[in-house]
Amino acid sequence: MSSARLQLPPRIVQGDVFKLRLLVNHPMDSGFLRDIDGVIIQRNVIRHLICTLNGREVFRVEPTTGVAANPLFEFYLRATESGDMLFRWVDDKAYIGELRHSLVVEPANSSQPASN
Amino acid sequence: MTLPVLSRRQSLAQLFKATLGASLVGWLATPAQAQVDKLTLSGLSEARLRTFEEMVRPYVQNQDLKKERVSLSLPMLADNGHMVPLSLKIDSPMTEASHITHVYLISQRNPVPLMAKFVMGPWSGRADLSTRVRLSGNQSVIALARLSDGNFIFDVQEVVVTEAACVDNG
Repeated sequence: MSSARLQLPPRIVQGDVFKLRLLVNHPMDSGFLRDIDGVIIQRNVIRHLICTLNGREVFRVEPTTGVAANPLFEFYLRATESGDMLFRWVDDKAYIGELRHSLVVEPANSSQPASN
Repeated sequence: MTLPVLSRRQSLAQLFKATLGASLVGWLATPAQAQVDKLTLSGLSEARLRTFEEMVRPYVQNQDLKKERVSLSLPMLADNGHMVPLSLKIDSPMTEASHITHVYLISQRNPVPLMAKFVMGPWSGRADLSTRVRLSGNQSVIALARLSDGNFIFDVQEVVVTEAACVDNG
């Protein structure tokens, strides 16, 4: 029902600041609109979305009804370590969505000369 | 002899036209009025624009608040209030000593003033964000950022929204 997609740069080198694009499939029903029969659609928005890297919280969003349906969040992280990224979000219906990604950070100036 | 009759006919015709015209105008006016009432019911017209003070007060009490280093970009004209791209650049070194801890996106007219709250830290590396928000009509949007020393910086941007969110069933 609720899923997400994550976009990362193809190569992440240690020390880089890289951009993450997270697109979550979620209706974000505001509770102000009516359906075709005139019945109010119950509010159902994401309460919070937390991104952790190796168990440590690195980013958090708390959207309200003011965020569009299928919310998109773009943010940055500094590459320090490889590890498991976990995105976890909870909505008004207490549904818990999860997305896992194993982050690979290449060591700086390894075999090839630093190109930046 | 014939002239007065004609003029009477003409005047009758004019009178008839006028009455018909007025009733037509009345007819046309009714649905428009109903539409306005519908808009009022769904909360667009009654939604008053908040003052800057009202928007910022829940987050900033006695701390400094300066309009600097934040640049908020929104389209000048948003066709669809259901999905307005919003991006934010904040000039901050993002070090342990000086970084951004929270970012708040605040709307002037939406039924819920706070649109989103973001939490970040020195591990973020850069304090830029972008997302897509809902806006119910023409208004100003504030991006408020809390610095690690407890003070606040912000930027404000006006946006024209042709089709507001929270009105139709779209």
